[in-house]
Amino acid sequence: MKKRVLLVEDEPNIIEAITFLLSREGWHVDIQTDGATAVKRVRELQPDLLMLDHMLPGKSGLDILIELRSDDQFLALPILMLTARGQMRDRVEAEAAGVSRFMTKPFSNTEVLAAVRDLTRN
Amino acid sequence: MREGLTGSRIRERRAMTSLKQAELASRIGISASYLNLIEHNRRRIGGKLLLNIASALGVDASALTEGAEAALIAKLREAASAARLPKVDVNTADEFAGRFPGWAEVLAAGYRRVGALERTVEALSDRLANDPKLAASVHELLSTAAAIRSTASILANDKKITTEWRDRFHGNLDQDSRRLAQSSKALVNYLDDQSGDQEGYAIGSPQEEVDAFLAEHDYTFEEIESGTIAAEELVGQSEGLVSGSARHIARGILQQLALDAGEVSLQKLHDQIQSLGMDPIRLAKYFAVSVSTILRRLGSLKSLNAGLVVCDRTGSLLFRKPTKGFTIPRFDAPCALLPLFDGLSSVGQISRNKIAVAGRSEMEFEVFAVAEPVSVLSYNNAPFVQATMLVVPLNSNELSDLSKPIEIGATCRVCPREHCPARRQPSILSSGF
Repeated sequence: MKKRVLLVEDEPNIIEAITFLLSREGWHVDIQTDGATAVKRVRELQPDLLMLDHMLPGKSGLDILIELRSDDQFLALPILMLTARGQMRDRVEAEAAGVSRFMTKPFSNTEVLAAVRDLTRN
Repeated sequence: MREGLTGSRIRERRAMTSLKQAELASRIGISASYLNLIEHNRRRIGGKLLLNIASALGVDASALTEGAEAALIAKLREAASAARLPKVDVNTADEFAGRFPGWAEVLAAGYRRVGALERTVEALSDRLANDPKLAASVHELLSTAAAIRSTASILANDKKITTEWRDRFHGNLDQDSRRLAQSSKALVNYLDDQSGDQEGYAIGSPQEEVDAFLAEHDYTFEEIESGTIAAEELVGQSEGLVSGSARHIARGILQQLALDAGEVSLQKLHDQIQSLGMDPIRLAKYFAVSVSTILRRLGSLKSLNAGLVVCDRTGSLLFRKPTKGFTIPRFDAPCALLPLFDGLSSVGQISRNKIAVAGRSEMEFEVFAVAEPVSVLSYNNAPFVQATMLVVPLNSNELSDLSKPIEIGATCRVCPREHCPARRQPSILSSGF
């Protein structure tokens, strides 16, 4: 059975590129383009990995992260945050909230794939 | 160099008489732009023109030239105090200026320049960290760059890509490259707009438009005070208020001003301060108005040169009028130690404190603050509350019965007080950008 990743991102062309990349790696990719219902979607899909943009319509990636980490069920869920907000403050906030990996845009495909492999090794 | 200080003195005198630059220029028969150059110390001034200006301002010409000396010495004293020199050294400023006039000018100019740069750092730091428009533009730019980089990398490295995917990615690249061109152009235009204006008023958000509008009028609206023009009309006339949100905010501020002016005229307030003193409670009682109303009116009194801040019960700032040495950040949250916020938890209590603002000059202010209901009272409904704070500069030689000042900063990012209990984030002054 294929591993499942939920990609929460609102940029269509980033979605296509990442979907293509991860599909080649054998992942099943689900897409969510708004933040407001992202947590609900995580509960429904129970993904093996969550890729999360920081700035999203409806609810920020940071708020989604905080909400998920406050639920014991998602304490161990690998969460890779992809963000254009590279300020130290954003990184510190995301790390304090329990992000597994913080990656700033524009990222390289190699970096993304390495992070995905690393976070889902077991 | 001294002529330069004369220009500043002319500007000060003109402001004291509430004369517009264009009006003074017209009276003395020169263009407003030339007067502007004089006032900004970019043209020498003397002879008949100086006499004409002095006459139009109703002062002796020597008051303008000798005032320059006084301004220089005052600036030197300020610089010495900021450097925490002993008082005995501060008092030798006039002797220093007399013996080494050239060096004195250099020192004073350097001190002014440092002040200007500090304000620029404050504004830029505030903007970089918190300007929502800039953050959205940068996000757009980086997201598009991320899409292009990722797509181009797939096309370059994946030799087994199907024709269908390849065509789709080519289309995406075309689309994203156009988007990148547009968003980078928009960002450059936005940043260009910021650099052209004076006094650091970078127009971007509705609140910035309003701040620029208020500053342009020097927070003084005589036509509104006298009732000769309605708020709506004045807002309509302003070219600077572009967005609907900015017009809405400005209209609200001017309507409040009109209501306040109807209850307490500035002339009567000025007169009553002479007999009752600078006591907002006594003044409110005399005029039979709320203390908030009195604080707002005192904020409009030019001779007091006070700052004024108003916030709602979430702490969101609704109005901010800076005064020398006391500024409120436009985007970042202000210092949590401001007495403004104390009132929100004790509605109706009027506080009076002395505050010292961290920074080069460590200026002190007497601060009055109160939070009062602004909505119509009804049973079982908590009133909507607004807090108002008046910030009155204290002269260094002015005696105050208030002893130890509350030490505050502009905002955490530019506050040098490292171990402040209210600190929300590190200061760039200690940790760098």
